[in-house]
Amino acid sequence: MSSNSLLLRIVPPVFAVRRPQRMIERHVVAYRRQWLIIVSGFFEPLFYLLSMRAGLGDLVGTVSVGGVQVPYDRFVAPALMASSAMNGAIFDSTGNVLGRLKYFRLYDAALATPMGPADVAMGEIGWALLRGQLYALSFLVVMWSMGLVGSPWVLMALPACALIGLTFAAVGFAGTTFMRGWQDMDIVTTATMPLFLFSATFFPASSYGSWSWVVQLSPLYHGVALVRAANSGVWTAGVIGHVAVLAGLSLAALALAARRLDVLLRK
Amino acid sequence: MNTHRVTTPGPLRVLSWHLVAYKRFWKANVLSGLVQPLLYMLGLGVGVGALVDRNTGATEVLGGASYVAFVAPGLLVTTAMALGAGESMWPVMGGLKWSRGYHAIAATALTPRDIVLGHGVWMTVRTGLASSSVAAALALFPDTRSWGLIPSVLIAVWVGLAFAMPVMAFSIKAELDGAFAAIQRFVVIPLFLFGGAFYPLSQLPAAIAWLARVAPLWHGVVMARQCTTGTVQWGAAALHLGYIGLWVAAGTTLAAVRMRKRLST
Amino acid sequence: MSEALITARNLVKKFGELTAVAGIDVEVRRGEAFGFLGPNGAGKSSTMRMIGCVSPVTSGELRLFGMDPATDGPRIRGRIGVVPQMDTLDTELTVEENLHIYGRFFDIPRAECRRRTKELLAFAQLSERATSVVDNLSGGMKRRLSIARSLINNPELLLLDEPTTGLDPQARHVLWDRLYRLKQDGVTLVLTTHYMDEAEQLCDRLVVMDQGRIVAEGSPRSLIEQHSTREVLELRFPAGRNEEHGPQVEGLGERHEVLPDRILVYARDGEEALAAAHARGLQPESALVRRSSLEDVFLHLTGRTLVD
Repeated sequence: MSSNSLLLRIVPPVFAVRRPQRMIERHVVAYRRQWLIIVSGFFEPLFYLLSMRAGLGDLVGTVSVGGVQVPYDRFVAPALMASSAMNGAIFDSTGNVLGRLKYFRLYDAALATPMGPADVAMGEIGWALLRGQLYALSFLVVMWSMGLVGSPWVLMALPACALIGLTFAAVGFAGTTFMRGWQDMDIVTTATMPLFLFSATFFPASSYGSWSWVVQLSPLYHGVALVRAANSGVWTAGVIGHVAVLAGLSLAALALAARRLDVLLRK
Repeated sequence: MNTHRVTTPGPLRVLSWHLVAYKRFWKANVLSGLVQPLLYMLGLGVGVGALVDRNTGATEVLGGASYVAFVAPGLLVTTAMALGAGESMWPVMGGLKWSRGYHAIAATALTPRDIVLGHGVWMTVRTGLASSSVAAALALFPDTRSWGLIPSVLIAVWVGLAFAMPVMAFSIKAELDGAFAAIQRFVVIPLFLFGGAFYPLSQLPAAIAWLARVAPLWHGVVMARQCTTGTVQWGAAALHLGYIGLWVAAGTTLAAVRMRKRLST
Repeated sequence: MSEALITARNLVKKFGELTAVAGIDVEVRRGEAFGFLGPNGAGKSSTMRMIGCVSPVTSGELRLFGMDPATDGPRIRGRIGVVPQMDTLDTELTVEENLHIYGRFFDIPRAECRRRTKELLAFAQLSERATSVVDNLSGGMKRRLSIARSLINNPELLLLDEPTTGLDPQARHVLWDRLYRLKQDGVTLVLTTHYMDEAEQLCDRLVVMDQGRIVAEGSPRSLIEQHSTREVLELRFPAGRNEEHGPQVEGLGERHEVLPDRILVYARDGEEALAAAHARGLQPESALVRRSSLEDVFLHLTGRTLVD
C-alpha cells in the first residue's frame, strides 16, 4: 500500500469535504414544490408556546431562574426554542436520510460523481442547520412580539441553536447509518421524547432535588441552558462547559457519520 | 352457485388480516405504550405538577384536584386520539396505494363496508391496548390510581374511533402523503395542546375554547376526568358520549361510501 | 493503437471471506465498446463498481486514465459516466431537475447545465416529459433518463451495468439504438450483460466471466469461431428423456451437450447432422438448426447456461 493511501485511511474522512453545498442545492430544488412542509415545521413550537402561555402560565405563576423570578412563559420559551432546534435537526437527519440512503439511493447517485461521502454527510447536516436557523429566527421574532425577550443578548440564541442543531443532526445522521430499516425509526421517538421532557424544559432542574445532576447527561439540557442564558443576558462560567459538551459531541458524531457512510456506500 | 357458508362476520375476517400483520410489531408497541405515558407522567405530571401545586390559586382552577390527577385522564384520551388518527393515515393509504392489501381483500368475498368496519374493529383493539397500558402506568401513582381508569379506557377507545374513522375517510381520498403531516401538525398536535388535556378550557380565549369543544377530544377528556375524580354527571355524560358517537358514525359512513367508490374504479 | 483508458492487473475484490473478483486482467482502449459477459454472481458488478471508483480495490492494480482510484477517485469520477444496475434517479425531482442537479454534482455551471439538460432530453427522447415526476415514467423511460444523466459531464468513458435488464423487447431496441449512437460519437463504452444478443450487438470486444475469473476474451465473432462450431443442432426429446438419448448422438458433430430440456449437437453443417440423426433412427419431438451464439461459447467454457 502506498503511503498516500495509508494516510487517507487514517485521516478522518470529515476533512475530505469538497462541495457539500451541492447537496443543499438539491434539497432547495426538491423542496420548492413542498414548501408547505418547511413552513409547517415552524408551527409546532409556536403551538406549544401559545398553549403553555395561555394555559399553564396562570396555573404555574413564576419560576425561579438563577434566583430571579420569571413568568412561566418566559421560562419555557427559550427551552422550546432549543427543543425545536433539536427536533428539527433530528427529523432532517434521521427519517429523510434513511430514505435517501436505503430506499431512494440518492447517495449512491451522488457518489458516482466527484462528490464524496464527506460531502454527502456535511451537506445533509448543513441543510438541517439552515432549516433550523430559519425556524430559530422566526421563533425569536415571535418571542419578541410576545414580550418574552429578556435581553438584547438573545441574538446569541441563534448561534446557540446552530450548535444544538449541529450536534443533533450529526448524532442523528450517525445513528441512522446503523439503522436496518423504517422499523428502527421508533428508536428516534423513544430517544428524543425523554430529552424533550427532562432537559429542564418545562420545569427547573432543581425540581429533581438531589437527582438534579442527572439532567447534565442530556445534551439538550446544555442547549436549553445556553438559550436561556442568552435570553436572560446572564452569562456564567457554566456556559463554557455547555458549549464544550455540545461541540465535543458534534465532532465525535460527525467523524463517526462520515466514516460509517464511507463503509456503507463504498463497499 | 356456490353455497359455501361463511360464519365469521366480514369485519372480523378483515381484523384477522390486520392481526397477522401486527404479530411482528406488538411487543415493541406494548413496551413503548407503557414507557411513553410513564415519561409524560414523570415529566409533565410530577415535574410541572410541583410547580402548579405550590401555586395556591391553581387547585381551584383545577376543581380541587392535584395537577397530576388533572392531567392523567387527558393523557389517556390524547394517546387514543393520536393512535387512532395516526394509524388511519399511512396504513390506509398504503393499503390502497402501496401494498394494495385492500384491493386484495376486495377481490375476495369481503365488501368495502367490511374493510371499513374491520378497520374500526382493528382500531378498537389497538386503542384499547394502548390506553390500557397508559391506565396501567397511571395506576402506579397514588394520585392517579382509581377505579375510574377502567371506564376511562372505554371512553378513550370511543374518542380514538371518533378520530380514526373520519381520518380514514380522508385518507381514502388523499393523493399525497404530505397531507398527513399537515393533519398531524394542524389538527392532532393543536388538539393535544389546546384540547383541555393540560388545563381547563376556561384558561383559553373564548373562540379557541369553542373550537376545542367542536372536536370530540375535549368531550372524552372531560368525561374521563369525571370518572377518575369520581364526579360523574350522568346527563352530561350521555350528551358527551352521544356527541363523540356522531363523529364515529359520520366518519364510518363517509369512509364506507368513499371506499366503495375507490375500490370499484 | 489508441491509448488504454482502463488497465487492470490481477484485480481482486473480496467481501470478507467471499471472493467476488479473483484476479482479472483487463485493458480497455479509447473508442472501444467493451463488454463483461457472464451470469449473475460472476463478479461483473463488483468489477464495474471498482472501475467506477466507488468500491476500493482489495488487491492488484487498477488505473483509469493513468490514475489510481484510491487517491484520485473524485478526479476520475469527473471524467466518467455511470449507469448503475438499479436506477438511482431522484424521485423527488422532475426529469429535467434530475439532469440539472446531477450536473451540479459535477460542478458544471448552471447555464451550461441547462444547455446540456435540453440537449440530453432530446437525445433520450424525453423532451415532452421534461417536467414529469420520475415516478410516473415507464421502465424504459427511466433507463433512458439514467443514461442521459450519466452523460451530463460529457464523459470520456461510460459504464453501463446491465443496461437493459428488466425491459421489454421494444424498449431494449430503443436503448440499443441510443447506445449505438454514442459509440459512433466516440464515447468509450464498458457494459456488463448476461444477454448474448446485447453483447453481440454492442461490443467490439468482450470478456466472459465466471466465478470471479475471466474464462475467455475476444470479439464476439472470434469467440464463437474459437470456442464453438458454425452451426448448432438442437434436439428435443420428451421431458426427462434427454439424458438417455445423450450417447446416441455421439459423433453426429464435433461434440455435444446434454441439457435438461434438450441436446445440443455442435457441427459445421447442422442440416447434415440432423439427416445423420434421422438415419440413426432418432425421433426427437422437435429439431432446430441455428447459428452458434455466445451462449454456446459460455456453455462450452463453463458447462453451464448463462440465463437460468
